[in-house]
This record gives sequence, C-alpha cells and structure tokens, in this order.
Amino acid sequence: MRQIAIYGKGGIGKSTTTQNTVAGLASIGKKVMIVGCDPKADSTRLILHAKAQSTVMDLVRERGTVEDLELEDVMKIGYGDTKCVESGGPEPGVGCAGRGVITAINFLEENGAYTPDLDFVFYDVLGDVVCGGFAMPIREGKAEEIYIVCSGEMMAMYAANNIAKGILKYASSGKVRLGGLICNARKTDKEFELVSALAAKLSTQMIHFVPRDNQVQRAEMRRMTVIEYSPDHPQAQEYRNLAQKISDNKMLVVPTPLEMEELEDLLMEYGIMEAEDESVVGVAEKAA
Amino acid sequence: MSATETAAAVKYVTPTPPEEIARVAEWINTEEYKEKNFARTSLVINPAHACQPLGAELAAHGFEGSLPFVHGSQGCASYYRSTLNRHFREPAPAVSDAMTEDGAVFGGQNNLHEALENAYTVYKPKIMPIFTSCMPEIIGDDLTAFIKNAKNKGCVPADFPLPYANTPSFNGSHIHGYDAMLLSILQTLTEGRQIEGRCTGKLNLIAGFDANTGNYREYKRILKEFGIPYTFLADISDTFDSPLDGHYRIYPGGTKLEDAADSINGKATIALGSYSTAKTFTWIKDNFAGKHLAMPVPFGIAKTDALLMKISELFGKPVPESLKAERGRAVDLMTDAHQYIHGKKFAVYGDPDYLLGYVSFLLEMGAVPYHILCSKGTKKLEKELQALLDSSMYGKEGKIYMNKDLWHLRSLVVTDPVDAMIGDTHGKFAARDAKIPLFRFGFPNFDRVNLHRSPLIGYQGVLNMLSTICNKFIDITDETCDDRHFEMMR
Repeated sequence: MRQIAIYGKGGIGKSTTTQNTVAGLASIGKKVMIVGCDPKADSTRLILHAKAQSTVMDLVRERGTVEDLELEDVMKIGYGDTKCVESGGPEPGVGCAGRGVITAINFLEENGAYTPDLDFVFYDVLGDVVCGGFAMPIREGKAEEIYIVCSGEMMAMYAANNIAKGILKYASSGKVRLGGLICNARKTDKEFELVSALAAKLSTQMIHFVPRDNQVQRAEMRRMTVIEYSPDHPQAQEYRNLAQKISDNKMLVVPTPLEMEELEDLLMEYGIMEAEDESVVGVAEKAA
Repeated sequence: MSATETAAAVKYVTPTPPEEIARVAEWINTEEYKEKNFARTSLVINPAHACQPLGAELAAHGFEGSLPFVHGSQGCASYYRSTLNRHFREPAPAVSDAMTEDGAVFGGQNNLHEALENAYTVYKPKIMPIFTSCMPEIIGDDLTAFIKNAKNKGCVPADFPLPYANTPSFNGSHIHGYDAMLLSILQTLTEGRQIEGRCTGKLNLIAGFDANTGNYREYKRILKEFGIPYTFLADISDTFDSPLDGHYRIYPGGTKLEDAADSINGKATIALGSYSTAKTFTWIKDNFAGKHLAMPVPFGIAKTDALLMKISELFGKPVPESLKAERGRAVDLMTDAHQYIHGKKFAVYGDPDYLLGYVSFLLEMGAVPYHILCSKGTKKLEKELQALLDSSMYGKEGKIYMNKDLWHLRSLVVTDPVDAMIGDTHGKFAARDAKIPLFRFGFPNFDRVNLHRSPLIGYQGVLNMLSTICNKFIDITDETCDDRHFEMMR
C-alpha cells in the first residue's frame, strides 16, 4: 500500500486533481482510498457524485463522541470502487480543524480502514501545512510520498516552496519524501518552464503538466471527474497520464527549499519579475 | 466583632431565603428532578473517571528506575501527581516539560528536548516513559519525530529507553492511558529481545489499572504459594507502598527492566481485566511467546477459582493445599457473614473491570447490585454486566447506567434507595445525602487511610470486603436501634 499526501495552495485545484488522478488509478484497476483532510469536506464529491457526505467530525458532533462511530458510517464507496472518507471539522472561525484531522485518522486506523487490499491511500490536505494537525498525514507510518499541486502563479510557487520547507522538517526525522510538483496550469507566462525550473531547484520533478481545460468545469458541475464524465476527452487522458506517472514514480527526494531571494531570482529569470528593478515595488499601475 | 456580626455583615450577591434553600434541597430528591437530571445531555457533573495521562503515569511508575515524563503543561502534571499522592499517601515523582504559550504556538519540541536533558542529568532514571497532556495533542505535536530528534541531538543517549504514548485527556479515561503507556513500554523494552526457543518459564501477570498495592502483594503471594516464577508487568506495589526507614528513594520499586524485556520469552501471559489493557493484550497475543489469556479481575470466589485453576493448568502444578485451605476458610467466613449482607441493595460505580468484580462478588453473597453505573462505558461492557446479572436470581433487579455521572447516581440513590454504595471517594456526597455508607474499594480514595493496602482480589479480598461491609451494617444497627434491641450478640 502506498500512502500519498497532496498539498498545495488553497484554491489551486488539489481536490479536483486528486480525484481525477484517483479516478485514473481506479480506471487502471487500482484499489484506492481517499481521506479528505479539510473541514470543507469537498475532497470526494466528484467520486461520490454527492455534495457533502457525513464526515467523521459531523458524526462526532452529532453523537458527542468518536467511540460510538462505526467505519461504515463514514466510509462511502464511489467511482471505481474507491473508498471515500472525509474528516470534516468545525465551522470556519471556531474550534480546531487540525485536531479534527488527527481524530479522524486515528479513528480510521483503530477501526481497520487501512485494509491490505488497498494499493493507494490519498490524503487531500487543506491549503498549507498550517499546524501540527495538518501534518498528521505525513507522520511516521502514514504517507511517505507527497505531491504538491501548483501553477506558474507567483503565490502558488511561494506556497509550494513553503510546503517543501515543512516536508524537509518531517523528512529529516522520518521517511516522508517529495514525489514531485503537479502543475495545474493557469495559462500564465512560461508556466511549463517556470514550474519545471522550480521543481529542479527543489531537487524534484514536475511530474506532470495538466493543461487548463474547461472540460474539468463541465464535469465538476455534474459532480463527476473528467475521467468518468468524458473518458475519451483529451483532458481525461491527461489525468490518466498523471495517474500512470505517479504509479510508476520512483523519484522520491528530500526537498531543498529555496530562500526567498532565490525564489525571486527564479521569477526574474523567467521574466515574471523584472530584474533589479526595485522601482516597481509598491507602485500602482496607474501611478507608473 | 463577633462571629454572628461578621456573618450578618456578609452581603450575598443574590440573597436566597432559607425557605427557598429548603425547597430546592427537597426538590432535588424528587422523581421529578431525577427525570430532569437524566434528560441532561450537555453537562457532566462529578464523573467517576479520571483522564488518560493519569493512567499513563501509574503504568510508568511500575518499572524500575522509571521517571514518568509529561509532555505538556505543568498544571496537568501536578494534577496526576497529586491524585496519586493523595490516594497512596506516598510521593509520586514525575517531571513535566512545562509547555507554555510559546510551546502552544511553536510546538513543544524545544520543551521536550530541554526537559529530557535536564531530567536525565538531574534524576538519573533508567527509563523515562513519555505521555501527553491535552495541549500538545490539540496542536498536533509529533512525538515520534521529536523523540528521534532528541536522540540525534544527544539529549539522552541513543540507547536510553523513551517509550511514549499519546494520551489526550479529552478522549477515553485513565484506563486507556494506562493501556497505551504500558503497551509502549513493553514494545520499547522487548524490541529485538525475542529469542527463538528461549523460555523464561515465567508467568507474566498484567494487573491493568489497579491502584491497590495490596492486590499486587496478594497476587505475588499466591504465585509464591504455587512456586511459579513471575514477572509483574507494571508492579507499583513498592513504588507506592515503600517502607519508611529514614531514606528517601526516588525509585523505590517497580518491575526490573531486564525482566520486562525478557517477558517476551515468557511461558504464559495473563492479563487481568480485559478493559484496562485491551490494546496491550492484543499486541502481546501477536508478539509474546507462550500462551496468552485475558481473565477477569479475581473478585469473589468464582473468579479467584478460575484464575487459580488456569494457573495450575498452564504450569502443570496442582493448586497448593495452603490455597485450598484458604478457599475453605473464605467459604466459611462467607457463610458466617452472609446474613448481614444477603438481600442488601447496593449502588456500585467505577472502572469497567472493577465494576464487573463488584457485581459478581455481590451476587455470590446474595446481595443485590441495584444501581450499576459507569461514567465511561461501552456497549460491550453493558452486555457483559447484563449477562452477569442474568446469571443470578439476585441480579434481576439490577439496572445498568452507562455513561452517567455521580450526580445521576445521587438522583438514583435518593429516589430509589439502596443500603450502601461501593465506589471511590467522589461518591461521598451522594452517600451522605442518601444517608448510607460508602465502601471505598475504587480509585481514588482520598479520605480513608490504608485501604489500598488491603487486597480486594482473591480469597483474602473476599475476607476484607466482607468484613468491611458486614461490620459497617452491624455498626449501623447498633447505632440506630432502640435500647430494647441493643444486643450483645449480632
């Protein structure tokens, strides 16, 4: 069983990419479980065709204790026999979502969710690694392989680099490694080259460049993955390629995150920022 | 100013007329109030259990040279220590890495590292079992990584045993913390120690969360009578019942680490009480050599018989004549005493394993376990208790209350009276209001001396429990009867 965690900046398309990749793996006969580690609980809706399922923490809230929960209460089966669990969590602005992730994963472990027939377990984790709870999926004995979803946008790259810093911390005391960057293209300038270059600086690879295509939105509106909605569409093939590459991936590294200056140099090199031009910093477009 | 004048000078925030106080005092004893009390969902009042780390600390104290180490806040550590200390009336030496505000923000790794180094240098322990309070659990501290880093940094030598358990207080109870800690200690000490074909010839005995040092000594005495070598997995008897001879010893007892390490090559392992060491036992079944058995805590004749016969069978040794004679004496004393307990109704509460023990002991005596309450129970426990009640004609009236607290119990004993309660010190308020005696067989006992030194298990336990209970009932008769019925003979 390979356990894989997907991280990346908020809104970058982690859940969409994860579910399409999982659908790709399922379509080549792999047994997969997705564990959504996000209080928004939207990591499995494309696989389940359901907006929100009862999450672990929803049931805990209802029953007041995790002890009365059964695995079948929270585990749903979706496309390609994929097992789906959402940790869920508190409403925005209250409580501790990180602890929700810890509680949910402990519950899954104690109740035998990790069955030997599984080929892959995917953790789709909220935004950045903001606190210890969101690093739960990469603690020892859990995911040893991480993919970061990013794009050629500056903030997505900052985020990817930050996540690499988090991984480095865990990699130094455990077995967790970076498997690569997944570029979820936003059609920014020189996106392919830029993300490839960032990957190289981090000592990893851009494992796949997923082009932007509205077919993804069309499928999402139907709460489906592209692979299920339109298996013959070129975008479906992109996700199948990504799935195959992850399945075959042997390149697992301890990342070498960049300093802020290096990252800015990289952006300059590709013309996203102008070199040595301090005069543009903090100047509005109209004023310039 | 006289006392009355001072009292008169006190201005109450909300003055309550004495009639109103009397009305409410009366009202909380009614059926109507009981219904409201049992409809309560969002509040727990006086629960009959403690928290995970407290249990973890008890397990940690059961090993030689062991310094329990709390990763978390100082106040929490102080609570576990003082609870153990008040119960045993002995010191409970333990350390904490005193996480504060900055630890909560940045994670507790620095606290853990510094404290490990200090504690190792100052207190020279042989092992430091680490367990957690709530704070590091909420923020998601990764103990596995922190401890690995500590060893890499040289805070303690690389081969120094640092078992650790995640013991969030907001989950489970002290028995679960005990289980988690014991499991980790055994995993750490036995790692790489299994030797093919080696058999120590010993019995490994696991008592679970048992805070009665007399019980430990009684188990040992029984095994000595049998002539069977044993290793107690977590022996707290000398830690919490050490002689006063003018010398303070920080580590006065505990199972030898070497013996614990070799326990993996034992001839047999018996876990007493399937609730308080469930995880440890599951792991032992898969990893320890020899035979493995989980048996109930031996309260009363039947359960003691079962244990002795099982030991006899496992080791191919007959039950010693001395123990047979003891059994005979226990049966005799039960016969002598039974008229004072037969038919009496009891309210019992406490940990699952003890609760099962109380109920089967009472049923054996023809007493009626009437209100049976567990503040942290499971459906499995409920079924097991029900089966026990169903097995006896004295169990017919018994009613089980799962996940209720001692304020619920108060409603029960004032509206549907019993003759006595069995539990721990926390029940004294309900017992006082119901004007019935409370027998403190459970943990913790803060308000009576030396009770934890009298065994409750085995035939000796039958003697102790029965004498305590029956003599109290006889005292009550003497204290309350009119002159005409004040007899020499009872």
